[in-house]
Amino acid sequence: MKSLISKSRVKSPWLIHFDCGSCNGCDIEVLACLTPVYDIERFGIINVGNPKHADILLVTGTVNHRNKKALKNIYDQMPEPKVVVAIGACGTSGGVFRDAYNVVGGVDKVIPVDAYVSGCAPKPESIIDGVVIALGKLAEKGKKVDQGIFERLEKTQTAIMAR
Amino acid sequence: MNTVDMIAVIAAVFLSPLLGGLVAGIDRKVTARLQGRYGPPILQPFYDVLKLFGKEKMVVNYWQIFCAYMYLAANILTVVLLALQSDLLLIFFVLAVGGVFLVIGALAAESPYSQIGAQRELIQMLTYEPLIILVFVGIYLEAGSFKISEIVSNYHQPLLISLPLLFIVLGYAIVIKLRKSPFDISTSHHAHQELVKGVMTEYSGPYLGVIEISHWYETVFILGLCALFWHTNFIWMSVLIVVTYFGEILVDNITARLKWRWMLPHAWTGGLLMSFANYFWIYAKIQ
Repeated sequence: MKSLISKSRVKSPWLIHFDCGSCNGCDIEVLACLTPVYDIERFGIINVGNPKHADILLVTGTVNHRNKKALKNIYDQMPEPKVVVAIGACGTSGGVFRDAYNVVGGVDKVIPVDAYVSGCAPKPESIIDGVVIALGKLAEKGKKVDQGIFERLEKTQTAIMAR
Repeated sequence: MNTVDMIAVIAAVFLSPLLGGLVAGIDRKVTARLQGRYGPPILQPFYDVLKLFGKEKMVVNYWQIFCAYMYLAANILTVVLLALQSDLLLIFFVLAVGGVFLVIGALAAESPYSQIGAQRELIQMLTYEPLIILVFVGIYLEAGSFKISEIVSNYHQPLLISLPLLFIVLGYAIVIKLRKSPFDISTSHHAHQELVKGVMTEYSGPYLGVIEISHWYETVFILGLCALFWHTNFIWMSVLIVVTYFGEILVDNITARLKWRWMLPHAWTGGLLMSFANYFWIYAKIQ
């Protein structure tokens, strides 16, 4: 039963896409993966709108001081096991905006990132590649979750323990 | 309880989720092909549910867990009662109880998405339940009983021949019950989104899996109701079920989502007119 579940994890990753202040270039490419040309649903991937149902968090764009709370909140709402894919130059490092006064930097400054997709904007093929790399990590994390080990943000962990 | 009944109950409990999951998988494949995509494997719904059972348990409050399991129990009971060829009205009431528990579970969370989704689900129930009752009354007028076992043993021609309009009314009710487009207003399937996920927004992880399995039972129950319209011949019964479900998928793909303000009056006027036209026909035949 456990091996069935860990197989299914890789076969049915549901993703949620969060636009963290992107110029929409990467967003268009992410949505292009869902079109009949690339059709990622053939791998069982569904684009859900709800972090509570999602396994993969795709983040595009730079993180700034306003939306880092939203990003953390969405990450916290996703049940384990979960993986994060940072997409585009902005998502991975902050891109051309990295020195701006309002910018925190890449996604990995706020939440742990499992796969990086470079490019401005990245091709749909490379986004799919990034998701596939993340799926390998998802399988590893799934094994940890089966043992009862959860990777949470520090504050979330203390909040849960306090409850 | 004799052996045949025992076998029927066991088949209903254990085989119908397998059948329902397969139907859901075929549904997704056909939908993808209709949209010019390759589509996920047929067994995809099973992968989805297994994955959901492996996820972390995250609940807003304990009512949700209770309601998810009650929804499952009620849906299993409808399929079991159908397999035991029980009373149509009893099955109908159990079905309604299941629907209400799904709504209560969604209302137990404070999220506006699940709240509005729950209200819309109630409106959808308000729309399809009178239609289903009208269909059952039509079956009673024609076959002389609400009990499926008596209908099967006493009535020796397909119900579809004398109740064609009521079958269309049932088709209407099925689209609303299965929450397919144009009536996917309380929640939606596949990759569609409405109110994030409507009534199911706050169910997550294993509890979403439980609800998904309940939905498979629901699908089997609804296909069973369709089967009742051609109970005399197994081959024609299968043909009728396949054609009906393919029709539902087709309607799902070629229509856009509607508002409940459109759904309620149109389903009721259309359903009532067609039902009464069919009743008059039955009366004229008897006279």
